[in-house]
Amino acid sequence: MEDAARLLQLVVNGAAAGCIYGLIALGFVLIYKATEMINFAQGDIMMLGGFFAFALIAHFGLNYWVGALIAILLTAAFGFALDAVVLRRVIGQPQFAVVMLTLGLGFIFRAAAGITWGYDSVGFNTPFTNRTINLHGLILGQDNVSIIVGTVLLCGVLYLFFSHTRLGVAMQASSQNQLAAYYMGIPVRTVFSLIWAISAGVAAVAGILLSPVSMIDVNMGFLGIKAFAAAVLGGFGSIPGALVGGVVIGIVEQLAGYFLPAGFQEVTSNVVLLATLILRPQGLFAEIAGKRV
Amino acid sequence: MRYLFKTDYRQDTTLWRHRGDLFWYGLLGIVLLAIPFVLSEFYVGELGGVFVFAVAGVGMMLLAGYTGLISLGNAAFLGIGAYTDAILLTHGVPLLVALPVAGLFTGLFGIAIGLPTLRMSGLYLAIATLAFGSIVGTVFQKWDAVTGGFDGFAVPAPDIFGVPIQNATGIYYLSLAVLVIVLWFSANLLRTPLGRAMVAIRDSEISAQSMGIHLARYKTFAFALSAFITGLAGALFAHYVRFLAPDAFDVLLSVQFVTIVFVGGLGSLHGVILGALFVRLLPQFIAIIRDDLPYGIGRMPGLEPSLYGLVLVIVILFEPGGIYGRWIKMKRWFQAYPLKRRTSFRRQKSYARSERLR
Amino acid sequence: MSLFRAEDIAIRFGGIRAVDAVSFAVNQGEVFSIIGPNGAGKTTIFNLISRIYNPTDGRLFFQDHDITAVPPYRIAGLGIARTFQNIELFANATLLQNLLIGRHCHSTVGVLSQVIFTPAVRRAELKHREKAEEVIAFLGLERYRDTLIANLPYGVRKVVELGRALCVEPKLLLLDEPSSGLNVEETEGMGFWIEDIKKDLGITVIMVEHDMNLVRMVSDRVMALNYGKVIALGTPDEVQNHPEVVRAYIGGEA
Repeated sequence: MEDAARLLQLVVNGAAAGCIYGLIALGFVLIYKATEMINFAQGDIMMLGGFFAFALIAHFGLNYWVGALIAILLTAAFGFALDAVVLRRVIGQPQFAVVMLTLGLGFIFRAAAGITWGYDSVGFNTPFTNRTINLHGLILGQDNVSIIVGTVLLCGVLYLFFSHTRLGVAMQASSQNQLAAYYMGIPVRTVFSLIWAISAGVAAVAGILLSPVSMIDVNMGFLGIKAFAAAVLGGFGSIPGALVGGVVIGIVEQLAGYFLPAGFQEVTSNVVLLATLILRPQGLFAEIAGKRV
Repeated sequence: MRYLFKTDYRQDTTLWRHRGDLFWYGLLGIVLLAIPFVLSEFYVGELGGVFVFAVAGVGMMLLAGYTGLISLGNAAFLGIGAYTDAILLTHGVPLLVALPVAGLFTGLFGIAIGLPTLRMSGLYLAIATLAFGSIVGTVFQKWDAVTGGFDGFAVPAPDIFGVPIQNATGIYYLSLAVLVIVLWFSANLLRTPLGRAMVAIRDSEISAQSMGIHLARYKTFAFALSAFITGLAGALFAHYVRFLAPDAFDVLLSVQFVTIVFVGGLGSLHGVILGALFVRLLPQFIAIIRDDLPYGIGRMPGLEPSLYGLVLVIVILFEPGGIYGRWIKMKRWFQAYPLKRRTSFRRQKSYARSERLR
Repeated sequence: MSLFRAEDIAIRFGGIRAVDAVSFAVNQGEVFSIIGPNGAGKTTIFNLISRIYNPTDGRLFFQDHDITAVPPYRIAGLGIARTFQNIELFANATLLQNLLIGRHCHSTVGVLSQVIFTPAVRRAELKHREKAEEVIAFLGLERYRDTLIANLPYGVRKVVELGRALCVEPKLLLLDEPSSGLNVEETEGMGFWIEDIKKDLGITVIMVEHDMNLVRMVSDRVMALNYGKVIALGTPDEVQNHPEVVRAYIGGEA
C-alpha cells in the first residue's frame, strides 16, 4: 500500500512536470506547424511570462488571477511583436538560419531578464502554493494538480479554437501552403504573428502554472530542451501529441529517478528523444508526408 | 578588374583561380609562419586557439555547409577527441600517433550517430544530435574512472621527437599544420565526385539518388569525416587548455561551432577562418571594453552569451552570407566601381520552401 | 528483344490503385510515349522504374534482368536516367556542377585518392569534364556554364535537367513532361533534341507527355493510361483515334 501510494505520487508529480513540458512543446508545435520554424527560445519566453507575472503580482500587488491574465496577454503581445519585427524577415531563409536566430534570441532574453529582475529565483503567492488535496487518503499538492487541470483546460480551448473558428482554420491553411493562402485572401503574415502570440501566451501559462512548484529564475527556459523530447515523441505536427509526449516523459523521468541508479534521471529525456527519432521518427501521432515528384 | 581567360579544363581543377591568388596565399603563409617571432606569447596563444576552433569549424562546415546535415552535437566529438588523446598520452603513446588515432576513434562515433539518423532531415537531425551531445556530455561527467569526472583530467605535456610542444608557439605551429592539412582535404573534396555528391544530397536527395548517389553511404561518410576532423580539433584543444573539464563540452560549445560556420559564411572555407576569428576574439574584445560600458552592463554576468546572441541575430537578419559574404560584396563593389547600383546586392523575396516535403 | 519490359506492374497507395496491372515493352532505339489525363499514373510509373517507389505487384525487366528490387541509387549505374516533372536540379550549384554530378555513376576513384587529389583523380576529372562539355555543346548551354541554377530561367532549367540525364550516358532515358512550361519554339527545339538523342546517340526514350504535337512528332509508339490502367497501345495515329482515348480526354456520350 505504501509503495502504491508512493508510485501514484510519482506518477502525479511526473504528470504535472510532463504537463509543463507538454505546454512548452505545444508552443513549439504550433509555430512549427505554421511556419516550419523551430523556436529554440520557447522556454525563454516561458521564463519571461513567469517574470511578467511576478512583476505584476508580487511587485505591483495585483490579484493572482488578474495578474496572471495580464501577464499572459503581455507575453502574447510580446510574441506577436517578436514575429512582426524580427522573425518575419527570415521567412524563406534556410531552416538552419531560423534555428540559430531563435537560439540567439534566447540568449538575449536571458540577459535582459537578468538585468531587469536579477539572477536569483523569485516567486509569488498563488492560490495553490503549499496547499494539498486529500484524495481518499492520498495527499497531492494543489500546485501539481493545478498544473494538470490548467493544461487540460487550455488544450480544450485551443482545440475548439483551431477546429471551429475561422481564424483557426485560416491558421491551418497558412501553415500548409503560404502562397495559396495569400491568394485566398488570408493575411498570412498577420496570421503567423497571431500564431506566435498564441504560442507565447501558452508559454506564459506554463510559466505561471510552474511557479508554485519551482521558482522563477533566468535559467528556467532550459526545460525547453526536454520539451523537445516531448514534441518529438508526440509527433512534431500533432498538438495532442505534444501533450501526451510531455506527460509520458515526465512520468518516465520520475520513475527512472526512483528505480534506476543515480545519474540516470538526467539522461532520460534525451534517451527517449533519441530512441523515438531512431525507432519511430513520426512520433506517437504521426503526421507523415511524402513529396510527389 | 581582372578577367579570367580559361584555355584549358585544367584551370577549373586547380585550387586557385589565377596567379594572383597564389601570390596572396603565399604571402599569407609567410606571414603566418613568421608571427611567433614577431608577436608576444599572449597573441600567439590566442591565434593558436583560433586555429584549433577553425579546425572544428571545418568539420562543422563539411557537415552543415556541404552536406546540409545540421549537427548541434559536435561538441561531443570535440570532447571524445580530447579525452582520447589525453588518455593515450598518459599511456605513453607519442603525440604524432595519438593525434590521428583520436581522430579516427571519434570518426567511429560519427558513424555511430550517422547511421541511425540517416532518414532524419534538417530539424529532426538537429534535435537528435543535440540529444546525442547531451548524453555524451553526461557520460563525460559521470564516468569518473576514465575521464576523471568533475575533478578534471590533466593533459600530459607532449613532445614531437623530443621537442616540447606544450607552449604557445608549439600549439600555434601544430594547430596551423593540422588546419592547413584539413583545409586542403576539404578543398580537394569540392573538386571531386565525393564533394559534389555531398552538395547534391544537400540540394535534392531524390535526384541525387537517381544520379547514382548512395545516400546512406555518403551521409554516413559526411558524419564520419566531420567527426574525424572535429576529433583532431579535440586533441589539439586538449593541449591548448591543458586541463579537461567535462562541462566544457556542452550545448553552448556546439552552438559556438555553428556560429563559426554561420557568422563566417555558410558554405565557404574562407568563412570558417573568419568565423573562428570572430568567435575566439569576441570574449577578448568584451574583456577589453567591459569597463567602459555604460549602466554597469560590463559587470552583467550574462554579457558574453547575450552578445553572441545579438551578433547571431544581426548576422542572420542582415547578412546571411556572413563575414565572408560581406567581404565578397565589398570586393565586387570595388571591382565594379563606378558601375555599382543600389540594387546590386538586393536579396530576392523568397517564399518558405516546405521542408516537410523534401 | 525488348530493352525494357514491365509485367503487370501495380502500386497502391492505401485504397487508391495508382497503377493497375500495366504491361508494356519498349524496344531498343524507339521513342515510346505515355499519355493520359492528369492523375492517370504516368509519373508514378516513372517513379516505379527509377525505383523511388516499390511496386505492390508485378515485375520490371531491363535488358532481361529483373530490376524490381534494385535500390534507387543503382539505377543510374545500370543505364537508366530520368528527368523530373517539377525540376529537381541542385539549385545552389552551377550548371556545370549539376552536369558533373550526372557523371557520378561513372566515377571509379576511391575515397582516399579523392581526399588527397591524386593525378589519377585529376585525369578522371578532366575526362568527366570533356563528357559534360559534349552534352553542353549538344544542348547549346555554353553561356550558362558557370551560372547558379537558382539564377537560370525555367526554360533553361528544363534543358539542364535533360543535360544532366544525358551525362549519365544512359541506354534508357525517361523524360517526364519535357515540354511542360515551354513555349511553342522551345517545344519544337525539345522535339529536335529528342530526335537527335534517338538517332545520333542511339538512346531509347520513354516520354510522359501532354503535348500531342510533340508526341506525334517524335514517338514511334504510344501508350495511353487512364486511372492507372492501359487503355490503348500502338502507333500515335492508332492511339489518338482509339475510342477509349477519345472518351478519356474529351468525354463520350452520356
